[in-house]
Amino acid sequence: MSATAPANAVEMRGITKAFPGVVANNKVDFTVRAGEIHALVGENGAGKTTLMNVLYGLVHMDEGEILIDGKPVHIGGPRDAIGKGIGMVHQHFMLIPVFTVGENVMLGREPVTGPGFYNRVRAREEIAELTRKYGLALDPDARMADLPVGLQQRAEIVKVLYRGANILILDEPTGVLTPQESKELFGVLRDLVKTGKTIIFISHKLREVLEISDRITVMRRGNVVGHLVTKDTNEQEIATQMVGRAVLLRVDKKPAKPGPVTFKVEDLTASSDRGVPALKGVSFELRQGEILGIAGVEGNGQSELVEVLAGTRRATGGRVLLGDKNVTTFDARTERDAGIAFIPEDRRGAGLVLSYSVADNLILGRQRTPAFAWRELVLRLVAIRDWARRLVKEFDIRTPSIETAARNLSGGNQQKIIVAREMASRPRVLLAAQPTRGVDIGAIEFIHRRIVAERDEGTAILLVSAELDEVRSLSDRIAVIYEGKIVSIEPGDAPEERLGLLMTGGGSARG
Amino acid sequence: MSVVSEILHLLVTASLWNQVLAAAVLLLLPALGGVISERSGVVNIAMEGMMLTGAFFAVVADLGLHNPWLATLVAMAAGGLMALIHAVVSIRFRADQIVSGIAINIFAAGLTVFLVNRIYGIQDVGHASYSELLPSLNIPVLEQIPFIGHVFFQQNVIVYVALVLLVLVHVVLFRTRLGLRIRAVGEHPQAADTAGINVYAIRYGAVITSGLLSGLAGAFLAIGVSNTFVPNMTDGRGYIALAAMIFGKWTPFGAFVACLIFGLGEAIYANNSIIHVSPYLLSMLPYLLTLIVLAGVVGRSNPPAADGIPYVAGSE
Repeated sequence: MSATAPANAVEMRGITKAFPGVVANNKVDFTVRAGEIHALVGENGAGKTTLMNVLYGLVHMDEGEILIDGKPVHIGGPRDAIGKGIGMVHQHFMLIPVFTVGENVMLGREPVTGPGFYNRVRAREEIAELTRKYGLALDPDARMADLPVGLQQRAEIVKVLYRGANILILDEPTGVLTPQESKELFGVLRDLVKTGKTIIFISHKLREVLEISDRITVMRRGNVVGHLVTKDTNEQEIATQMVGRAVLLRVDKKPAKPGPVTFKVEDLTASSDRGVPALKGVSFELRQGEILGIAGVEGNGQSELVEVLAGTRRATGGRVLLGDKNVTTFDARTERDAGIAFIPEDRRGAGLVLSYSVADNLILGRQRTPAFAWRELVLRLVAIRDWARRLVKEFDIRTPSIETAARNLSGGNQQKIIVAREMASRPRVLLAAQPTRGVDIGAIEFIHRRIVAERDEGTAILLVSAELDEVRSLSDRIAVIYEGKIVSIEPGDAPEERLGLLMTGGGSARG
Repeated sequence: MSVVSEILHLLVTASLWNQVLAAAVLLLLPALGGVISERSGVVNIAMEGMMLTGAFFAVVADLGLHNPWLATLVAMAAGGLMALIHAVVSIRFRADQIVSGIAINIFAAGLTVFLVNRIYGIQDVGHASYSELLPSLNIPVLEQIPFIGHVFFQQNVIVYVALVLLVLVHVVLFRTRLGLRIRAVGEHPQAADTAGINVYAIRYGAVITSGLLSGLAGAFLAIGVSNTFVPNMTDGRGYIALAAMIFGKWTPFGAFVACLIFGLGEAIYANNSIIHVSPYLLSMLPYLLTLIVLAGVVGRSNPPAADGIPYVAGSE
């Protein structure tokens, strides 16, 4: 070893961890150099999170050894890890919404006066000190629930820094962030590295990995399958290693052949759950055989828009026309009967009944139709079984059986249940909200192909997605939504910069 | 005189409010226990049973030891022991906390009746002599204040203790490190755990504390307010305390306000001889108030986010 070789902050050797029925980590070697941003990538279930949970002490390894700064260590729990300077920002924030920022950051290491009184003043000073040192501005007295997700994540990072972490693990940190917030986070991470911190960045978003990391470790099915240097690799190479075969990152589609207008939204208004106007006069037309993408930073009315169109939220004004039928006031059941299918963004809450079987989930919403029920009363079990078997095969839903509860399937396969159910109803209009959120690359590829195939068969598709890449690669036209209004309708090949500008209220609409 | 003016006359007498405060304290002690337990994330509907157990053992100990103070400690220990059962079942074994609570209430009712028969061979315990009761204590000088003096400063010693506890519980929950941790555990145990807080220890402590307070209320009932044990003498007070806790949005002072309202209902019933309404109707008053309150006079209130959810370390 030459004298100039950078020291290793973390060295994990031969880590093996088995859960009942699955080896999550199989003799994994993982090395992170001090002062680098190291990306750990892999599909869902590849074992990334397990490996990091071992490092953070949340999971105990069966075999293997861990060295921190070159010294072997025993990590029996998060407290040991914290003591060794390891901090973790979890994918699901470990924050208490009703507590203030200060209370959340201090929790477990609270400054006190006298016989244990919580010292608010000291807490405030400590946070001001961290803000000064790392440039992470936060109001210590703000209630966590009132902060946007980006600032909540910042509070998580400050919390980890307050505990003296030198090695920061971030588990899918951009999953919940808007593009702007992601950009800010990357700035923060670069600054942290400058102050001597080491960062482990878990992700399956390849573009981000290429943008932020120095080196990359790729995992697949519990094994490390590749070590890459970021500046010498590209998206295609990482994706191939992750999936184990060449993957189509670009969607292969022919130009659309739009038919007549089949779905018309006119001056639609609606309120959010909190009763404030979320849609302020949205109008657009949707033709048969085309995909209209809705691009926008999350929280600009997209969710409310699809909910109104799907009949699960009341419009406060405007009209929705399906053909020449006014369906504005239809509820979820009548919308469905009229030929509008809906892939909701909240897969687990609104799309599936998790405790139901795959088969039952595949007929949800159609359980009253003559095909599946006798006089709307008694289910035709044989017909349901045949139907489920057919869709499981056609949509490549990986499940032990059609009787398995949806809860036990991976996110990608859960999503395929919904996609299969909605597409199989032969809809005239398909509303697809975040159709590939949290789904692995293989399933994304599949779902994208099915959406395009559906378009080619003449369905009118409205696609809402927080991933600008997804909107751009699938859509034939792109409507940009900002603060409850469609600010412009762009062609499908509109440049990313222009869309980004429109999404944040800049730029001018096309004439 | 009409019923309304009879009640209005009653409302301006100091002795009524003296009774209101005493009745409210009987509810406040278990309610405070409930607040502590549920703030830590363990649903506790077993205050009724813990209070009843406390009442029984207070009388047994008082008859045996001839010392109301020691008897009170025994009552608290008995309540704490019942709470320990609830804690083990719901924290260690992660059973349904409502079911556990109901089981304890039924168990306590059966156990006390059984023991009364077993020990004394009769339906009730007979009368402890007056000298062995928890005494009333008139605060010098302050008791001279017109109206206020009679209401606040001519009370049983437990009333003063309860009012001190009210302030203490509030301060601990909302001003101290311990309180911050209790609330963190009740809102988001995973977050507390990753911050190095022992979730289980906090929950055990909180549930047992709720048992001590309910036991204390039982002692006050059996050897303070009255001087005997009769089966089921708590008469649903543990449940009313539960309602008071919810009415008070899981805060000590909020619960106290609710206890005063319910206490008013009880005190009016206690004076039924001077009101020309069926006493049966009046006896319904506290319970009727509970229903009205729970049906939404307070509006939706938010319990601690992890209330009633067992914690499994390492889960998400």
